[in-house]
Amino acid sequence: MARTRIVALLLLAVFAGGCGVGDAAAASGARLVLTGSSTVAPLAAEIGKRFEELNPPARVDVQTGGSSRGIADAKSGAADIGMASRALKDGEEGLTVFPLARDGVALIVHADNPVRELSRDEVTGVFTGRIQRWSELGGPDSEITVVNKAEGRATLEVFLAHFGLDNREVQADVVIGDNEQGVKTVAGNRSAIGYVSVGTAELDIALGVPIRLLPAGGVEASTENVANGTFPIARQLSLLTPGEPSGLAREFLTFAQSEEVHDLIAQQGFAPIAR
Amino acid sequence: MTSSPSRALRRSRADGALVAALAAGAATAGSIVVLIFAFVAREAWPALRERGPLRFVTDEAWHPSDGELLLLPMVAGTLLTTLGALLLAGPLGIASGIFARFYAPARAARLYRRLVALLAGIPSVLFGLWGLVVLVPLVARLGGSGQGLLSATLVLALMILPTVAITADAALGAVPQPVLQGAAALGLGRWTIARRVAVPAARSGIATGLLLAAGRGLGETMAVLMVAGNVVQVPDGPLAPLRTVTANIALEMGYATEGHRSALFASGLALMVTVGALVVLVEWQRRRTVRA
Repeated sequence: MARTRIVALLLLAVFAGGCGVGDAAAASGARLVLTGSSTVAPLAAEIGKRFEELNPPARVDVQTGGSSRGIADAKSGAADIGMASRALKDGEEGLTVFPLARDGVALIVHADNPVRELSRDEVTGVFTGRIQRWSELGGPDSEITVVNKAEGRATLEVFLAHFGLDNREVQADVVIGDNEQGVKTVAGNRSAIGYVSVGTAELDIALGVPIRLLPAGGVEASTENVANGTFPIARQLSLLTPGEPSGLAREFLTFAQSEEVHDLIAQQGFAPIAR
Repeated sequence: MTSSPSRALRRSRADGALVAALAAGAATAGSIVVLIFAFVAREAWPALRERGPLRFVTDEAWHPSDGELLLLPMVAGTLLTTLGALLLAGPLGIASGIFARFYAPARAARLYRRLVALLAGIPSVLFGLWGLVVLVPLVARLGGSGQGLLSATLVLALMILPTVAITADAALGAVPQPVLQGAAALGLGRWTIARRVAVPAARSGIATGLLLAAGRGLGETMAVLMVAGNVVQVPDGPLAPLRTVTANIALEMGYATEGHRSALFASGLALMVTVGALVVLVEWQRRRTVRA
């Protein structure tokens, strides 16, 4: 039957296609493939757009998939440049790191919450379930709603690493995906506490969303303090290449680290790295 | 006429080209399903082969980065929300069908059907956003964070309601007029006709609608993700948070690599098989009725 043959052909095409896409893109000279962190991706896409405008034939293709994928793809050559929003782990060495921007992670509470600052011990207490009520922290007598991030998110890793927590110890009431969902959850719940990217929270506060950023270690959570390196809970967003880059990749990396993209970095709610 | 319609079509050359084009279109549509299934199965294969399907029910917890893959709480979450939504939307949807067929004036019924169809057309993310901003703070007054089984079930019920309502309405409309007229001639009241004659006669169509709604409920992702709380656990009460299989895939797929990714595909495969079984059940139910 002709129909069976068509099905067989299509099946073949998909299996063959699935294996070849990444290699073909990396091989062509005028096209850059970036994969990795979904935090870096929107920024990389904006930088890519501007880069394409300035260097006409060049094409910059940005795909997300998380920092781990960015690191793996940069190593395997499946991508020209990897994007990462966390530090390299053991076994991930051998890549050249190009710092792009800094992103602070800060605790947020509802704007009506009277609690102004939490000590390191209080934060770990809240997230491990040792502290159950806001009254124990000088707030109203309501149960604390702990908002945690889903496994694999870079924000989660930065937060856990800073407070020396293991995700198994965290007693979450709500688990969220992206920063916006975290902001909406806390804005809709007076007794919630969560943590999101400082840039995202600042943009939302400017729009009138009823949340408040908590300082960390006495330092106010602001993009300014993230940029100058004084805010302690922060991560570096970076681009990665296997060894020294050349050609188009090097041009792109130089451009991405130049002051010409600082406005794009600020637009995304991140802080340019002070040099 | 003794020849079948398809043989009659084949005789004309112009129609022959059309038939070929239609056949190609149909083959493409059909093979896409097969391809998706093959792709999901291929991606899920490493997890099924290396870890074995048993790990999904015997592991201690869901910590995919440490290789622990207990999928049971998510399966429970999906089943609980879907069942709960069916329990709420089922009676409401059937009542809505009875209203539109037996009680509403013709013009009101037309307007009402449009409204129900409109409800069916609202994107799921909007239901989720409404749930998160409006429903969750209300449920939170009962205690807890407001995100959990109750909120997820309510949002899901609202989403599958149009499916139940539209199919129940259509099934009730397909009950032969003589049956209803006969019932009326016996002097039965409107409610008795609807409940004792029309609903039993339309039973199979209504059941099909419920199964279709269950399929939608099992697969719904975004709206549930936004209001379910997403903590991996079997909920111990209506206010406790839970995570569904689809929400788990949506939350973690972007960040998953290798074994974790493959495990997510395996959970997707299980869901596909379940929904496929539902579709077969719908078809079986339909055939049984046609014969009866």
